[in-house]
Amino acid sequence: MPDLERRFTIRANDFVNAGEVSLEIQSILKHIGFNPALIRRISVCAYESEMNVVMHGGDGEALLKVSPNSVTLVFTDQGKGIKDIELAFKPGYSTANLKHREMGFGAGMGLPNIKESADSIEIHSEEGHGTTLNIGFELEGDFG
Amino acid sequence: MNVRDIQGLFHLDVATGEIGLEREVKGGYCGDLLSDVMANAMEGHIWLTIQSHQNIVAVAVLKEMAAIILVNGRLPDENTKAKAKEEGLPILLSSSTAYQLAGQIYGAGIGKTEV
Ligand SMILES: Nc1ncnc2c1ncn2[C@@H]1O[C@H](COP(=O)(O)OP(=O)(O)O)[C@@H](O)[C@H]1O
Ligand SMILES: [Mg+2]
Repeated sequence: MPDLERRFTIRANDFVNAGEVSLEIQSILKHIGFNPALIRRISVCAYESEMNVVMHGGDGEALLKVSPNSVTLVFTDQGKGIKDIELAFKPGYSTANLKHREMGFGAGMGLPNIKESADSIEIHSEEGHGTTLNIGFELEGDFG
Repeated sequence: MNVRDIQGLFHLDVATGEIGLEREVKGGYCGDLLSDVMANAMEGHIWLTIQSHQNIVAVAVLKEMAAIILVNGRLPDENTKAKAKEEGLPILLSSSTAYQLAGQIYGAGIGKTEV
């Protein structure tokens, strides 16, 4: 199978297009023919990450990389960054505002969901300079 | 049972026209917190919620849910309907509460045998 690399732009506070990047990633993975359970795991991570960039981050991008042994998602934004990463991963912790909460966001379950669904995650963040989240999935006969 | 059966049985309105009504319903989930639904709803579920904005469509499609039912008489935004049609996702409407409707659907046998 050939390697694949795709980049997508994500805009801060754009709730109209929020989710589009994740839907596109899902459809690419379906087209390749990965098994549905793996695609759903990747979709959870894509969506939570995309929404974090939209809500908490800033303008940014997503990178989808498919290689013979793995699928990787990298979300990068130039937003305000995360001060305390350990705290950010605590279930229920959220700095979402009232508008976000009324829409059903801000449960503080996004990063925990990503951690649960991914095979590996790596996060780099610097206050005032943005955040990079690298999410890995291993492939072991995940076609069909 | 498919989405059309549930729609008929419980006299639900269809907000999005004749799309996706043949999808099989394997169970259901109630929730208004999107990350909770992302974590716990499963493929083939029918999703009962009061959230009516267009971001619910991506959540349902990404989790491969069968349909969304807006409860408490909530109506979908125009954007929500347009997005759902584009994705082929049915949105049904109910004036009942999530509690009442979930009880009825469960009573009809949907989701009882789920592991
Ligand atoms: N890309 C990001 N940029 C800045 N802060 C972030 C980013 N992603 C997450 N955070 C911080 O981590 C917190 C927890 O994130 P998460 O678990 O997804 O919950 P929620 O999005 O519901 O708040 C957020 O409320 C926010 O403070
Ligand atoms: Mg989040």
